[in-house]
Amino acid sequence: MIAEDVLCPFCGCLCDDIKVEVEEGKIVGVKRACRLGSSKILGHERTTAPMIRVDGELLETTYEEAYDQAAQILKEAKRPLLYGWCSTVCETAKLGILLAEEVGGVVDSTATVCHGPSIIGIEEKGMAGATLGQIKNRADLIVFWGANPAEAHPRHTVRYSSNARGMFTPDGRGGRKVIVVDVRETRTAKNADKFILIKPGTDYEVLSALRMIVQGKGEIVPETVAGVAKSDLEEAAAMMLAAKFGVVLIGLGLTHSRGRYKNVDNALSLVADLNGFTKFVVMAMRGHYNVAGFGQVCAWSTGFPMAVDLSRGAPYFNPGETAACDLLAKREADAMMVVAADPASNFPRATVGGMVEIPVIQIDPFPNPTTLLADVVIPTAVCGIEAEGTAYRMDGLSLRMKKVVDSPYPTDEEAVREILDRVRRLSDDN
Amino acid sequence: MIIEGGIVYDPRNGILGEEMEISIEDGRVVEESRDGDKIDARGMLVMPGGLDAHAHIAGAKVNTGRIMRPEDGRRGTEARTKLLRPQTGYTVPNCYAIGYRYARLGYTTAFEAATPILEARHTHEELEEIPIVDKGALTLFGNNWEVLECVRDGDLGKLAAFVAWGLRASRGYGVKVVNPGGGEAWGFGGNVKGIDDPVPNFDVTPRQIIRGLMRANEALGLPHSVHLHTNNLGKPGNYETTLETLRAVEDIAASRDRQVLHVTHMQFSAYGGTGWRDFESKAPEIADYFNRHQQFTMDMGQLIFGSATTMTADAPLEYGNARLLKAKWSNHDIELEESSGVVPLVYGRKMPINAIQWAIGLELALLTEDPWQMIMTTDHPNGGPFVNYPEVVALLMSRPKREEELKTLHELASKRSSLPSIEREMGWNDIAIVTRAGPAKILGLEEKGHLGMGADGDVSIYDIDPEKIDPSKDHEKVKAALSRAKYTIKGGEVVVRNGELVAVPQGKTYWVEASVPEDEAAKVRADLVDKFAKYYSIQISNYMVQDAYVTSPRIVRAGVI
Repeated sequence: MIAEDVLCPFCGCLCDDIKVEVEEGKIVGVKRACRLGSSKILGHERTTAPMIRVDGELLETTYEEAYDQAAQILKEAKRPLLYGWCSTVCETAKLGILLAEEVGGVVDSTATVCHGPSIIGIEEKGMAGATLGQIKNRADLIVFWGANPAEAHPRHTVRYSSNARGMFTPDGRGGRKVIVVDVRETRTAKNADKFILIKPGTDYEVLSALRMIVQGKGEIVPETVAGVAKSDLEEAAAMMLAAKFGVVLIGLGLTHSRGRYKNVDNALSLVADLNGFTKFVVMAMRGHYNVAGFGQVCAWSTGFPMAVDLSRGAPYFNPGETAACDLLAKREADAMMVVAADPASNFPRATVGGMVEIPVIQIDPFPNPTTLLADVVIPTAVCGIEAEGTAYRMDGLSLRMKKVVDSPYPTDEEAVREILDRVRRLSDDN
Repeated sequence: MIIEGGIVYDPRNGILGEEMEISIEDGRVVEESRDGDKIDARGMLVMPGGLDAHAHIAGAKVNTGRIMRPEDGRRGTEARTKLLRPQTGYTVPNCYAIGYRYARLGYTTAFEAATPILEARHTHEELEEIPIVDKGALTLFGNNWEVLECVRDGDLGKLAAFVAWGLRASRGYGVKVVNPGGGEAWGFGGNVKGIDDPVPNFDVTPRQIIRGLMRANEALGLPHSVHLHTNNLGKPGNYETTLETLRAVEDIAASRDRQVLHVTHMQFSAYGGTGWRDFESKAPEIADYFNRHQQFTMDMGQLIFGSATTMTADAPLEYGNARLLKAKWSNHDIELEESSGVVPLVYGRKMPINAIQWAIGLELALLTEDPWQMIMTTDHPNGGPFVNYPEVVALLMSRPKREEELKTLHELASKRSSLPSIEREMGWNDIAIVTRAGPAKILGLEEKGHLGMGADGDVSIYDIDPEKIDPSKDHEKVKAALSRAKYTIKGGEVVVRNGELVAVPQGKTYWVEASVPEDEAAKVRADLVDKFAKYYSIQISNYMVQDAYVTSPRIVRAGVI
């Protein structure tokens, strides 16, 4: 059997044209997906049974025991942190937020160490965006800034951006210009018409110089800016102004270097400025396939897209105080539930230190470094392959992920609901 | 349940302030109820549940408003309770606050005013999270490539089939048209300047798009008419575009007993002047036209002073707002279908333009003689948040209140509008029409907006005695009573008692399933297969909103076969 138009549960491209070949309930082949997506769809090492840490060692247990233990940990904690939600469906996130309300916890997503600064930039400026199809059909200039889709979003260029063909872009790559701004010559940069090599941590200066040139104030820009020749910036600005439809695609190079959300603010401002001359849009190249979805669910449920403290009953949002890293670095969190994420690999060392000292519950189909720190491990089905549900693409478009094969494991949604039910029962008992 | 002793206003059934009993059983108004539950409404005002026919309450642009405005989220926060989820936000409340606040006002139905087909799944995800009220969403068609091509080719049959398909794909209730042609032009940063300005690359004009969609709407016999946001909205001098648009469709007849066109948030389309300096009200001209043309309806789009979040599929308008006000600006273009924008702003009493805009909304409502042609709205949250509806009702019912307010405004509100000279004060019957019976009739919701046999058991009861109180003098009491319903009854269940929520049921979602001839449907399918293969960024099989996103549907049938 071939399952058609399957959504890929890997990156923020959320490709929805995948063909998955299934024989006797097992996936035996994947077509159209990139190697990152194929690897996930074909499957790899799984956690095969729920586990509880006893005397320093993870021992297999029953789901009932694991859920009971997880509920007990969350119920007893004074400042539980419920973190992750990027590689699961929105239905899980909805229940996770309800659980955070129920235990008076803090809920945060992987955006906090990813495009969180982009979201704060949007709070400062707003964002002039578009769906990916709009870029495919219209964009004649693509700017990748601190983004390397050739490695991180392999089908982005073909499906949506530099190499895509659409209504007003029938010649694909041949009819487009591509500018890459990065700190090293990436594979994406090798495909560019114009590559601007900047020193690490100078994005803000380079963006500011471009904004001045675009606004006709180029005479006050020095001959070199952060090591970039003014003539290169003038050429890039001229390409931007000559475009009929330009797009700036921003990656972690911008959010993870000095300046962070201010870099994003400046990039969003450049795009707003350019709209005074021509049409320009901007988009964050979101990493995990549904990190955008958690932000949406969290915003409509609590009013805020991430880092929401529910300990007072009313949502309170103040990144720097209420983000996952803040709670761990300051040793505030006294328990942590990790759903569909791997903070042990991705968090700064000081915050991982915070995780070591507190009980950690992991809900995830796969073992990862977070498993090594976890006290309760609950294996689940892989969303988009073994469980259906909603995910939001990097451009904010929501799509329904399919279930292609059965799984012996509960879904993330079921696991969170089981814990929520138990927490409620414990509350009733008191 | 029996509601006893209240003074009932049910204009659709000709009941104008009579003391009478209302019986509800199994969620509907019945002759006689046997369950024994009684509500004592003696000395109170009883009306059908309020119905908001135009508000932006769910979907991508609403959530964009929340995400870009953490400063708004901090307003109006309320902690969760055993019954209620937490509440945040004033202009862009979270989903739970939307449902709770409507219920507290005595409103039991609210329609999201604009959803693109491609992003309708998101809209329904949020509608599902809004508790208590029944809801629906109007679907955007005015810049859709398939629409533009059908109109260009003069293929009305195919256009109607596409409208039916689009409503089904989006689980939408009606045809919304926003700045027709302008949204497509915005794809390359342009706009259209009037109803005869051709849309770049498509060889059609806004006039043709509006006429085509109205004729398709009437060919399908949809419960609601086309719901139009005019070209040039928000610009000085735009009343001429508005009147030109209406004159361009005078020959089209409605297929049902309702208007043939609803022009929405008219306040934003009734402007005179050649620029902001000589900006003035042209509400009298618009109202005069409506008084002579009963086939059209409008809603107010009343402005409320203070914070607002403007959000619309009229993306070039939002870009203009952001430039003018140096404000935060979000834009979102939707491939092949629409564009949109979000800009927060503050309306000031001493700002000449805002003060005149405030007067225009009231002029429109008071100068339009037939209240059945008018719906009270603030175009939430564009003119201001819906929680201010009691303020608007008080303004409509009290000339002294209007005079008091005018004294606090920039003087141009009095000089550039006719509001100071308007004597009319609406009565409770008018209010029941512009907030209940009228919007239900205009949307074509037969079981809503009245309390006749078989109507939905949606009732609002306010602690105010219409026989004893003079709303003209006691406008503060009117506003206070309407702000916190004594009882709100939704589908026969008491959801608000003494202004507090006591139950949180899940409402229904209305959508329209319109049948079309198979040969026309086949032509549309062929077009769409081609469009998805070449232009959309997703597969056609993943496009339609699935059943999982509309868990309590109320499907209304229409169509040509």
